[in-house]
Amino acid sequence: MKANCWMGKRDLRIQNVPDPKILNKRDAIVRITATAICGSDLHLYNGMVPTMEAGDVMGHEFMGVVEETGPGVKNLKRGDRVVVPFPIACGGCWSCSHQMYSLCENSNPNAGMAEKLWGHSGAGIFGYSHLTGGFAGGQAEYARVPFADVGPIKVPESLTDEQVLFLSDIFPTGYMGAEMCSIQPGDTIAVWGCGPVGQLAIKSAYLLGAERVIAIDRFPARLRMAHDKGGAETLHYEETDVLEALQEATGGRGPDACIDAVGLEAHTPGIVHAYDRAKQAMMLESDRPIALRQAVMACRNGGTVSVIGVYGGFIDKFPMGSFMNRSLTMRTGQTHVHRYLKPLLERIEKGEIDPSYIITHRLKLDEAPEGFAKFLAKDDDCIKVVLKPH
Amino acid sequence: MSERENESGRDVSQIVRGLGWFSIGLGLAEILMPGKLSRLIGINKEENTLALLRFYGFRELGAGIGILSQPQEPMWLWSRVAGDVVDLSSLLKALNSEENDNGKLLGALLAVAGVTALDVYCAEQLSAAGSSEGRGQRMSAQATETILINREPDEVYSYWHNYEQLPSFMKYIESVTLTGEGRSHWVAKGPGGIDLEWDAETTEERPGQFLSWRSLPGADVHHAGSVRFDKATGGRGTLLRVEMQYAPPGGRISATLAKLVGQDPGAQIKEDLRRLKQVIETGEVVASDASIHPGMHPASPPERVEDLNLALSPVS
Repeated sequence: MKANCWMGKRDLRIQNVPDPKILNKRDAIVRITATAICGSDLHLYNGMVPTMEAGDVMGHEFMGVVEETGPGVKNLKRGDRVVVPFPIACGGCWSCSHQMYSLCENSNPNAGMAEKLWGHSGAGIFGYSHLTGGFAGGQAEYARVPFADVGPIKVPESLTDEQVLFLSDIFPTGYMGAEMCSIQPGDTIAVWGCGPVGQLAIKSAYLLGAERVIAIDRFPARLRMAHDKGGAETLHYEETDVLEALQEATGGRGPDACIDAVGLEAHTPGIVHAYDRAKQAMMLESDRPIALRQAVMACRNGGTVSVIGVYGGFIDKFPMGSFMNRSLTMRTGQTHVHRYLKPLLERIEKGEIDPSYIITHRLKLDEAPEGFAKFLAKDDDCIKVVLKPH
Repeated sequence: MSERENESGRDVSQIVRGLGWFSIGLGLAEILMPGKLSRLIGINKEENTLALLRFYGFRELGAGIGILSQPQEPMWLWSRVAGDVVDLSSLLKALNSEENDNGKLLGALLAVAGVTALDVYCAEQLSAAGSSEGRGQRMSAQATETILINREPDEVYSYWHNYEQLPSFMKYIESVTLTGEGRSHWVAKGPGGIDLEWDAETTEERPGQFLSWRSLPGADVHHAGSVRFDKATGGRGTLLRVEMQYAPPGGRISATLAKLVGQDPGAQIKEDLRRLKQVIETGEVVASDASIHPGMHPASPPERVEDLNLALSPVS
């Protein structure tokens, strides 16, 4: 089959690789009908995540049709149309039984490797380095889905692929980002980053009852989408002093909760960016926490900082004094996608949201490398790329 | 290891720790207040003396951190000895200068000489301990590993007690055969395809709670082990605790065993326990596109399933 393979930093190639096979009894093989490039894939693309191997099949946002099931999968059959959650979860460990699926204790065969870097390991993830298990990803014609009796959700024919594809990651991720804000009536939520996850976090914040959402980015097309489709007020961080503007908008109190939908490759104009880039280059810090620092400083006393942007290693100059003295709470995590599949599918079915509005580019699988380059550069106002393998 | 050796080992490690903290204290003093220090030891301060003392301070600090973080490593103590020699020669040189207070300097010289003797003693002890382990005079490796399994102790115990299915999660164990009267025969496949075999006998079994065993004379790998199955708090299943002690064999087997258990014997046990947890909680060992290959392999589907060593799948 054809697959989009990571061959090195900024080097992706469409290669012929063997078709996936059933390896465990609870596996299914899915013929992929739609798959997407995630913002977090750009961290792999840029070589920011350790433990990638040349030849790794990329991709963790995908859906398709069940082709084959292992003897342990009773709830799916050939021909079922399913969306696959990006974290792999066994359903039987303590974490899974507490609905913390992205912390599954059994799905990462390289847990020992992750423990060395993070102290403890999270779940296995499709196509996302060997720290998270070394599972071939979904930017391919087919994929093997472990624990297919737990993860994939069947979707009705009445909904198109594009309407449900983002259940695999970014819709639940944006939603969990908003949910972690424990939104109360009247709340103002600030969202750093208007990429696909930020856009869906904005929408979700409104779905969960936010009064106002203020979105921060520097790309006009993304700010426009946040405003026009998401209903957010927007701040262009290169043209505005974000902290000042947020104070002003909230009577000096600050947003009730701040969502970091940017992560480890944040950008800011000027000297702070140069500082973090230099430290990253010298391997003195692995992640650039520019948006996170600002989110902490901006948040109102006693408020919540919700981190859904991806971090990989260590950050520098975290404003702990501000965080502690002002009684802030931080909530974060890889999304427990399984928890949100049903309720969010219902919201899509009821027409409360159609996440497909964020798609700007539809490409063939063969064009994945170009799609990555375009997405990284934000060329052609690129916000979300969906690939069609068949 | 005899009682006596144990005692003296403890003494040495206490002195070593003391020397580590001494290094850090002296280092900090040299870096932060070289002026006061030079007055104390009777050297009239000049700018280059202060710079030299600061430099020595960083050397001390480095040695101190090294000693405290790797207390078994003789290299750090030998580095202190080398530093002591430098200190002694600096002090002797200062003694020849008329500007300095020779009384105080003599005191400093004596103090450094005393510390040097202690450094040499500890460095030699640690070096000897390191090489005697290599000669097999002491227990070569011990490991304790624990894991939580989301099942009741009875169930986890009975899985383990069914010895013949242990190869389902123990990576290097090829087979376990019961030979009667609490005895079993084990075959392990080491790196390079070397077979290791041994007979073991159960030394204690308390159903649902505890198991222990030891290898019998003639074993390729002399060892003793035990597993405890405790009920974890608050419905968290079973807290399983494995303790292993390996007595070092000689020659060929020794090298193979070292590879088998690696530098860190606990790491291999931990990996086995993770697989045990997978087997009990999910039904089998979880495979990824990379994990089914020995060593690193790209996350890309395998060519043929038939070629794979999926022998880790449980006996069903």
